[in-house]
Amino acid sequence: MKACGTVHKYGDNVDTDVIIPARYLNSSDPAELAKSCMEDIDPDFVKRVKKGDIMVANKNFGCGSSREHAPIAIKASGISCVIAETFARIFYRNAINIGLPIIECPEAAKEIEAGDTVEIDFDSGMIYDRTKGTQYKGQAFPPFMQKIIRSEGLINYINENK
Amino acid sequence: MGMTMTQKILAAHAGLPSVEAGQLIEADLDLVLANDITGPVAIHEVEKLNKKTVFDKNKVALVPDHFAPNKDIKSAEHCKCVREYAKEHGITNYFEVGQMGIEHALLPEKGLIVAGETCIGADSHTCTYGALGAFSTGVGSTDMGCGMITGQAWFKVPSAIKFVLTGKPAKWVSGKDVILHIIGMIGVDGALYKSMEFTGDGVANLSMDDRFSIANMAIEAGAKNGIFPVDEKTIAYMEAHSTKKYTVYEADEDAVYDAEYTIDLSKLEPTVAFPHLPENTKTVREAGGIPIDQVVIGSCTNGRMEDLRTAAAVLEGRKIADGIRTIVIPATQDIYMQAIEEGLVQTFIRAGAIVSTPTCGPCLGGYMGILAAGERAVSTTNRNFVGRMGHVDSEVYLASPAVAAASAVTGKISQPSELGL
Repeated sequence: MKACGTVHKYGDNVDTDVIIPARYLNSSDPAELAKSCMEDIDPDFVKRVKKGDIMVANKNFGCGSSREHAPIAIKASGISCVIAETFARIFYRNAINIGLPIIECPEAAKEIEAGDTVEIDFDSGMIYDRTKGTQYKGQAFPPFMQKIIRSEGLINYINENK
Repeated sequence: MGMTMTQKILAAHAGLPSVEAGQLIEADLDLVLANDITGPVAIHEVEKLNKKTVFDKNKVALVPDHFAPNKDIKSAEHCKCVREYAKEHGITNYFEVGQMGIEHALLPEKGLIVAGETCIGADSHTCTYGALGAFSTGVGSTDMGCGMITGQAWFKVPSAIKFVLTGKPAKWVSGKDVILHIIGMIGVDGALYKSMEFTGDGVANLSMDDRFSIANMAIEAGAKNGIFPVDEKTIAYMEAHSTKKYTVYEADEDAVYDAEYTIDLSKLEPTVAFPHLPENTKTVREAGGIPIDQVVIGSCTNGRMEDLRTAAAVLEGRKIADGIRTIVIPATQDIYMQAIEEGLVQTFIRAGAIVSTPTCGPCLGGYMGILAAGERAVSTTNRNFVGRMGHVDSEVYLASPAVAAASAVTGKISQPSELGL
């Protein structure tokens, strides 16, 4: 499984309130949530984003509320993977559970810039910055989570295993 | 190797003699919670599961509190979805408007969670119940939904940071100041993926309401959970509120911690977190005088009885400054009733505040006190992110009920001592 796209870059502590502001949480429809994704820190994101694009951010991405609407909005906006130095723990679980690929990789998070073309090989955990010609090794998922990812989310995993 | 308090609770619920940090386990759950925002997403997801029935209708709690009483048509549909699911599945702990309160104040008050238990909730502030010596943590809707059906959840066993609390806090210094001080010290990712274990002889000087506030904001340091030891105050609280059997776990003496901090509570001062992160803390003394437009006293962090008593003690016989909108939100119906019986509601209204029915409302920018561009609020809530309480150009300053009430009187960020208190 691979992803390839243009990078949208953000800083530290991107919280779930800016990923999808609470004023839009009266909906749980992915397509509708996607229309307001990142609105409060990057109002043009939804106009710029193309299917397959990649989000890169620094530390503690997805901090704040437990709203699963945050990874749902990102996924529905077309983003194929989020790379960050670190993820907040609830966001990390939610992303895996709903099938939004995420990778922790401090070096990639630091060096990759907005607009770069980046390719990710999920099987090897390798991240390639095609614009800069650099490559990085992302942290692989532990076997337990790989099982959930192979099942394409927690719901299928439970149906297959319980 | 010794285990932390959190690790002991997790081991017991995973049926294992011991666990260690980093280990992946599946643990049995004693309580699974969702609200009107996260519940509908969970309900939609579990419809895809082969198993349709909840694992235990007495161990699921559904609380419409965020946008309830329904703030608009879409919210009404969400609340309806949760209500109908609760009815269909015979869920005993569904709380309709009239019984409902802010979930993290309501569940301990109703005795649904006690020491030694495990709880997941589709709300990040589920970590609040660590105040009772339980393991509780926030998750997303899919985790919650699967927990509601299977009665289990997977966890990576956390390592821990130990906070040794000593001494006694000064008058007007509360649990909120303690946790803001700690988040200012370690940062919003200072406890990422870890437990925050509070210990030390200073714990005895913190009321249960102080401990709820502290555990509540463990998530604002990135923590998986925050947890307090069980003492006489915890037992008295549980015996007053619950008939459930509790189990007391203590950290082993040789438990390993990633870091240890000692905090002398007597040295702490009223503290405020500046926009736009809870880690941007200053003492009110350093930072006072910033003019404000609104004050919010309430939320799962600070909408409890002691919070209202403190705010009323500051506002008693005083008037809120001209032009300052002050919104007081008792966290549950019982707290609201008690506040009426103690005359606190009269004090608030005479001072020029409004008193609302329980709701999360303004804390997350839902309704009941949204900020316009350029406006500033002092709020006893838990987050001050960009746009959290309204317009992206508004600002939220997090503080204790004492500071919030004093600020309402002066119209700028203040502490009670400035009023001669």
